[in-house]
Amino acid sequence: MSVQAIATNTEGTAVIHPAWVRATHWINALAMLVMIGSGWQVYNASPLFGFTFPPSIALGNWLGGALQWHFAAMWVLAINGLVYLTLGFVTGRFRRKLLPITPRAVIADVKAAVTFKLAHDDLAHYNAVQKVLYAGVILAGVVVVLSGLAIWKPVQFQELAALFGGYDAARYVHFFAMAAIVGFLVVHVSLALLVPKSLRAMIAGR
Amino acid sequence: MRIRKLIPGVDPELLVKDAAKLMPDPARRNFLRGAAGLGALTLLTGCDIIDGDTAEGVLRKISSFNDGAQAALFSRSKLAPTYPESAITRPFPFNAYYSEDEAPVVDPATYRFEISGLVDNKKPWTLDELHALPEVSQITRHVCVEGWSAIGSWQGASLGDFLKRIGADTRAKYVFFRCAEGYSNTIDMATALHPQTQMTFKYDNKLLPRAYGFPMKIRMPTKLGYKNPKYVVAMEVTNTDRGGYWENQGYNWFGGL
Repeated sequence: MSVQAIATNTEGTAVIHPAWVRATHWINALAMLVMIGSGWQVYNASPLFGFTFPPSIALGNWLGGALQWHFAAMWVLAINGLVYLTLGFVTGRFRRKLLPITPRAVIADVKAAVTFKLAHDDLAHYNAVQKVLYAGVILAGVVVVLSGLAIWKPVQFQELAALFGGYDAARYVHFFAMAAIVGFLVVHVSLALLVPKSLRAMIAGR
Repeated sequence: MRIRKLIPGVDPELLVKDAAKLMPDPARRNFLRGAAGLGALTLLTGCDIIDGDTAEGVLRKISSFNDGAQAALFSRSKLAPTYPESAITRPFPFNAYYSEDEAPVVDPATYRFEISGLVDNKKPWTLDELHALPEVSQITRHVCVEGWSAIGSWQGASLGDFLKRIGADTRAKYVFFRCAEGYSNTIDMATALHPQTQMTFKYDNKLLPRAYGFPMKIRMPTKLGYKNPKYVVAMEVTNTDRGGYWENQGYNWFGGL
C-alpha cells in the first residue's frame, strides 16, 4: 500500500495543510499577537488619532517594555514570514490555492456569503472570498513589515521610508496595515470557530 | 547590580510623577510581570533587581542582540536626510522627563566642558573656546522614541573633529556624556565619529535656548531623541559602557535610526 493510499484511507481525507503551513501559521499567529499588542502600547505613547488603546489589552506595561516586546517578536515575525513566503512560492501553494482571483467570482461569492449560501465543504479548495482575504492579509503582512522597517531605521533605510512618503507617512501606513490585519483576524477567527473542522485541519493537517 | 544615584537638582516627586505617567496601574502588571515596567521601579529603588531567566531578562538579552544588529546596520558614511528651512517644525517641541521650568540653568561664565578618559589633552573647555570651533550646521529630523518627529536646525562643531583635536583614542568603544541635571548617555564610537554628529551650541542660528539644552547638546540625527543629550557638562572616552538615563530603564541602548 502506498503512503498516499494510507493517508487517504485514514479518516478518508488527504492532508489539507502540510506541516510547514501549520507550523508557520501558528508561529505567525503568536508573533502577530505580540506585535499587535505591543504595537498598541507604542501607539499610545504618541497617538496618531484621537484615541488610545486600553492598556489592559496592550502589551509591555510602558513604552520601554512594549518596544522590547516589539523588537524581539519582529525577528520571529520576519524570519517566519520569509520562510512562509519562500515555501509558498517554491511549492506552488500560493498559485494553486490563491489563484486565479477574478472580480466576477469574488462578487458572486460575496453575494453567496451575505445570503448564507456560500459553501465551504471542501477545506482544500478556497472560494473567491477566501482567496481575496488570504492574498490580502499576506500583502498586509508584507506592508506592515516594510513600513515597520522604515519607521525603525528612517536613516539607514531612508530609501524605503521615502517609498512610503517619509517617516511620518510610514507611521500611518504601519497603522493601517495593522488595522487591516486585525480586521482580517476578527473575520478569520470567527469563521474558524463557526467551521471547527477548519481549525482541526490547521492543527492536525486534515 | 548597578548603583544609580537619584538625580541631583530634580524634585523626586516630579520624577515619580513622570514615572507614574509612563508606568501603568499596578493592577495591570499581572500580565507577564511587566516586562521593563520594572525599569521605572528600579529607578526609584536605585538598583536593578531583575536578572536570570524571567521574561524581562530574555527581552533585555534580545535588546542587546538588537544593539549589535543596529551597529552592523549603521553606516559611517550614510547621512540622515536634510531638509530646507521651510520644513522646520515651529515651535520645535520641548521634551524631557521634567517640565520646561525644571530644566537646568547653567551659568555660562563658570561653565567648563570636562574631558576625561582615553584622551591626550584633558584640558576643560570654556564656552568661548567651544564657540570658536569651526561651525557646522544641519536641518534634520529629530525622531522621538514615542513615535513623533520634528525637524529642527542645529549649529555647532563636529564631534568627530573635536575628538581628533583633543587627541582622543578613536579606537575606544564608547563616548560617555554627563549632563547638568544628571542625565547621561553612552554612545558607540562609530556614531561619535559620524559626519553629522554635532556638539550643538545654537538652535536655528541663535544661541541654544535653555529649553533646548544650553549650553551644549549633542545632536545625532542617526539616533533617537533620548540618545541626544542636552545640558552636556562632561565627556569621557572609554571602553566601559556607562549606560544612560533611559537605557538603564529599558530603552534600547543603541537607539539608532
